Amino acid sequence: MQETVIEAGRSEKYYWQDLWRFKELLLILALRDITVKYKQTFVGIAWAIFRPVLTVSVFVFAFDKVAKIENKSDIPLQIIIFTGVIFWNFFAMSFQQVSNSITGNANLVSKVYFPRLLMPISSVAVPLLDFLVGFVVMIPFLWYSGYPPTIHILFVPFFLILSFFASFSLGVIFASLNVQYRDFQQIVPLIVQYGFFVCPIAYPIATIQELSWYPIYQWINPLAGIIEGFRWCLIPEYQYFQWNTIIPSVVFVTITTILSVIFFRKKENSFVDYI
Amino acid sequence: MTVIEAENISKRYIIDHIKGNAKGNTLSEIVTDNVKNLFTKKDSQEVSHEDFWALKDVSFKIEQGDRVGIIGSNGAGKSTLLKVLSRITEPTHGRINIKGRVASLLEVGTGFHPELSGRENIFLNGAILGMKRQDIKNQFDAIVDFAGVEQFLDTPVKRYSSGMYVRLGFAISAHLEPEILIVDEVLAVGDADFQRKCLGKMKDASTSGRTILFVSHNLTAVQGLCNKGMFMKKGQLIEMGETNQVLATYLSHVQKTALETWYLTPEEAPGNDKVRLKSIKLVPQFLNGQKHIDVRTKFRIQIEFWNMMEGANLNLSLHLNSLTGECIFNIGTASKSFEKGIITAECEIPDNYLNDGSYSISFMVVKDTSSAVFNFEEALIFEIEDYREGTSWYGKWPGYVRPKIDFPITQLELESVS
Repeated sequence: MQETVIEAGRSEKYYWQDLWRFKELLLILALRDITVKYKQTFVGIAWAIFRPVLTVSVFVFAFDKVAKIENKSDIPLQIIIFTGVIFWNFFAMSFQQVSNSITGNANLVSKVYFPRLLMPISSVAVPLLDFLVGFVVMIPFLWYSGYPPTIHILFVPFFLILSFFASFSLGVIFASLNVQYRDFQQIVPLIVQYGFFVCPIAYPIATIQELSWYPIYQWINPLAGIIEGFRWCLIPEYQYFQWNTIIPSVVFVTITTILSVIFFRKKENSFVDYI
Repeated sequence: MTVIEAENISKRYIIDHIKGNAKGNTLSEIVTDNVKNLFTKKDSQEVSHEDFWALKDVSFKIEQGDRVGIIGSNGAGKSTLLKVLSRITEPTHGRINIKGRVASLLEVGTGFHPELSGRENIFLNGAILGMKRQDIKNQFDAIVDFAGVEQFLDTPVKRYSSGMYVRLGFAISAHLEPEILIVDEVLAVGDADFQRKCLGKMKDASTSGRTILFVSHNLTAVQGLCNKGMFMKKGQLIEMGETNQVLATYLSHVQKTALETWYLTPEEAPGNDKVRLKSIKLVPQFLNGQKHIDVRTKFRIQIEFWNMMEGANLNLSLHLNSLTGECIFNIGTASKSFEKGIITAECEIPDNYLNDGSYSISFMVVKDTSSAVFNFEEALIFEIEDYREGTSWYGKWPGYVRPKIDFPITQLELESVS
């Protein structure tokens, strides 16, 4: 018979074992989020296609036709923007979903026990699905534009995992802080909004690569490296990405992921008292 | 076999009190306080921390197959105890040993998503409560049948009536089949018929060797379902033992609620410059050996109030309300002319009239049979205990009144057995 001991600080020891035991719940929570997202919509999952396509059109219009920003790379701006937006949507949505995952499930936190880490993990399901749909739409577009994908496309999962951990670690910290101070809820959209301009999403990295402070930028913005890597996977003969630029990103993401999980675990037991 | 063993469990909460400017009660005061707080630093106010022990040194043992009813007034720590046992929150001190799979039902339909259909929610809720997908599939038909929602399986639960919602929620948890079931107040919802069904289901569960912990304010349900009782007060376990013994102790603690409210001087009394409440009391006529008002007790309601108006035509209008606010009846006195001074009114509530439950009395002083002078809301709150004989059913007796009406039953004809 299953035996449980409840004691202050006890749940620590069996945490990862518990997390595995509740894997079915993880799946169900993920399915719930996906089902709910497109419930009572007319076109359903097709929104996952419309959203990035519309965003890309608007940005191409704004940056290429109106602002006429100088494209220092040899790649058409719409390709730069499309690849950037697909990536950014995944990162930004994951970050938002993860940071709301605890407060958004407040009714569960206060009524049932399960390892709380399930909530942020499962909340990435929706952005992931949206990413996959957008990705499938993007491939024919690249083909049509004269940039048929090469073998590099096999590296997409690597960069996807990297960006998952980047958004997850940041989101988890916000999720834990959000429980006690809802101020963090106010900051999340700002980060997403500013991040879009700070990272090379709607402009080629070539535009800033020549600037004197670029080496510093590369170190303090781990996302830039991941985005460029992502473009390297999709655009043939993409010359603006060097593998050594990904090192700071990998180091940064690894450290923040570990720290954020430790932080989450520390705060987790008090969630129910503050939520 | 002992399935739950708790040793000295305590749970502390830290509460902050803000001293100084924030003390408004009206909406505008609260708004201005909050605006002020936006511009002052948090530490410029005196924030004092106070330890609040929701549970203090609680130890007990529960044997397999026990049905334990946990009783106590609000804030006694019952819900905190259940939360600790179901691992939602950790105890500050102490240790609990649990043998077996625990399912806790602190709420009906935990995690139901309004957008999802009944079918989808059965799987979602089941998984949240710790059921395996295969178990849910096996029990699916039984759940749907128990809840009686076949027709609406594919309707989003947001379109369910509240009754259907609750029934579906309970049906899922009733089919959990854990070794230990923890239930908090779920029977407070649903109609009498469904409550009876739930109690029956829980009793079934315990006869098959399951252990049940049950928190309820419905003492009749506790008495009917549980074989052991735990009485908690202010975070401490006062008594644990035979249900009836514990219930008696509990009642002797709570019945200190006054049957009377009175005020010495008009200055401190509720009312306005025209009328003020002097006293309102219940005068029960107890039968032999009775200590509490129960359904058999006849009692009088006496009201006294100060009248500060000269030569006014006054009458009283009295409302007897259930605690949930429904009016059970409204009676009025005749209108008479009164001078300044003290006015009294009295009425008698017959025996075998009100059902068991909590009631409140509100009354209004009316001038010239048309305009209200003052409305004394919930001037007195009282409780009527249950009493029944000649039945072995212990669910909550439905209805607000329980009149003793002659209802003879006889055999009309004998079927001739050839």
